[in-house]
Amino acid sequence: MGAPAGSVVELLTARFPQWVIASHAYRGDQTVIIRREGLLDVCWFLRDDQAVAFNVLMDLSCVDYLTFGRQQASAPMMRSPSPLPYFMKPKPAGAEAWQRHVDEEFRFEVVYHFYSTIKNHRLRIKVPVAVGDPVVESVTRIWKAADWFEREVWDMFGIRFRGHPNLRRLLMYEEFQGHALRKDYPITKRQPLIGPVDQDPSAPKVPIIVGID
Amino acid sequence: MSAATATQSRHMFLNVGPQHPAMHGIVQLVLELDGERVLGCDVEIGYLHRAFEKQCETGPYNNAMPYVDRLNYVSPMINNFGYCLAVERLLDIQATERCQYIRVILSEISRISDHLTCVGASAMELGAFTVFLYMIKARELLWELIEDASGARLTVSYGRVGGVKADLPDGFAEKTAAALEAVRRVLIECDTLLTRNRIFVDRMQNIGVLSQEDAISYGVTGPFLRATGVNYDVRKAQPYFVYDRMQFDVPTGEHGDNYDRYLVRMEEMEQSMRIVEQALARIPDGPVMVDPEGREIPAAMMVDEAKVGQTGCFKSARVTPDPTLWGSTKPFHSGVNAAEKRAVLPPKEDTYGNIEGLMHHFKLVMMGHGIRPPKGEVYAAVEGANGELGFYVVSDGGDRPFRLRVRPPCFTIMAALPGLLIGDMLADIVPTFGSVNMIGGELDR
Repeated sequence: MGAPAGSVVELLTARFPQWVIASHAYRGDQTVIIRREGLLDVCWFLRDDQAVAFNVLMDLSCVDYLTFGRQQASAPMMRSPSPLPYFMKPKPAGAEAWQRHVDEEFRFEVVYHFYSTIKNHRLRIKVPVAVGDPVVESVTRIWKAADWFEREVWDMFGIRFRGHPNLRRLLMYEEFQGHALRKDYPITKRQPLIGPVDQDPSAPKVPIIVGID
Repeated sequence: MSAATATQSRHMFLNVGPQHPAMHGIVQLVLELDGERVLGCDVEIGYLHRAFEKQCETGPYNNAMPYVDRLNYVSPMINNFGYCLAVERLLDIQATERCQYIRVILSEISRISDHLTCVGASAMELGAFTVFLYMIKARELLWELIEDASGARLTVSYGRVGGVKADLPDGFAEKTAAALEAVRRVLIECDTLLTRNRIFVDRMQNIGVLSQEDAISYGVTGPFLRATGVNYDVRKAQPYFVYDRMQFDVPTGEHGDNYDRYLVRMEEMEQSMRIVEQALARIPDGPVMVDPEGREIPAAMMVDEAKVGQTGCFKSARVTPDPTLWGSTKPFHSGVNAAEKRAVLPPKEDTYGNIEGLMHHFKLVMMGHGIRPPKGEVYAAVEGANGELGFYVVSDGGDRPFRLRVRPPCFTIMAALPGLLIGDMLADIVPTFGSVNMIGGELDR
């Protein structure tokens, strides 16, 4: 928000031209899209440079763009959305039109929201990730908050963070199959029931499996 | 054979939770103990996971409102308005002035009730049961106010994209003033009971210390962060709604221990009451719609006249149902909701009175229609009772959120919890965990 964050985008673009893919300020949210390889460089800079001083990693999440712009409307029988009446026509987008700036092969985007308690400004960093190689560098050494956030992203999206000290599932249990917030994970999918954990490892294991899919 | 091998000591592992009387929700702490001292701690969460984010991707924007309530079930108003703010920014619309004041008033009332719950419950766990009863009694008065406005105590679903569900009822200001006076009395009593109480102070001071660097590095916000001395409050730093017009202070502590967090919360309640009083004094009336020919009649009058058989005048009259939930005899306010036809339901008199209104209503509520923000993404933050509550919404132009991410305030505090507990005694877990004010709904989503 405001002028200082605008200069952050310029600063980043000037300093890391090889990593910055694009930037925009849709609805006032300053956003920079960077290449995966430059994430750690950019993050160390963002935290340690006095001019930007992003000392808080406010949020870390991920978006799966698999069905972006192609998902059916919520009415199951309707192939295409019905036309809007004249009084509900969307405002012309104009200069504020939002673009993804990334090819479709990069299915995921890991999204970082930063805040600076010193400068009182915010920044969003997005890192495109392809589904074939869903690995991002961990930023746990820079902000401790990343620990649980990254575990949650691994849990929900199946994106691995290289260098994370303890990349376990966070919200789901270890036996959960799949990653629930991926767009190709059906909301009606059933998980196999897991029985009680055997106290005696030598006891014969009888899997209790009821209803797969 | 030495004496050391004869008396070997081993560390003990202890599960606290998932079901435990001192756990304010379902969460498991796996502790490593040496005697009574905590050497290690692992926090297991996820017991209340109910796929909130996935569920929100399957329904229209306004359908997420009841789920948003359940994120923080002690102060659901703040969640409602935070979500509304995010979608409104995505749509590039703004709620009306009166609506923004209503949102501020109800957010602050919710914040007080949240802090009352937190302080009361953690005092009870230290044996101060009186304080708990007093504070829950005071919270009851505040929840009655919320019930008057929204019709429900906890699951309010009061926010709407572009406005709120209903206007404030009649006499709300007077009732609020009376309730705040009662809350003030309770706070004074509880302050007398706790703040200089030797047992309470001994259990709270220098327990559960979080350093400023750690708090910032863990992304901790809210009273927790302010107790370490960082003056960060979203309402002040990046004001939303009409907080920039309100006079209030942001209390900060310096030690970052349980006692400072208690003091910060007590002071914040007072500041919230200041905000409510200012907002109630300044809240503007919406433009009252009056037909110059006096053709509009309130619904109640129509019912009354119909009962005595005087229906001849109804042919050309427009009926104005009451926008509050208090029945149709109360005075009429319009202007609670934004005049944004792409997002806001039309007034009921339009829905039932003319074909455009009916169509408009239909277009917004039927499946496959609804609010359709343009492609884009937005992160909107409000100050929840526990810290920054952020909503990150991505739209692909459809009628459902493509992605709805919640940044829960508890989450980062719970991530920092092992650092607070390690080194303290086993019994100190109770006050420390109480001061976290963990809300399972937003933590596990």
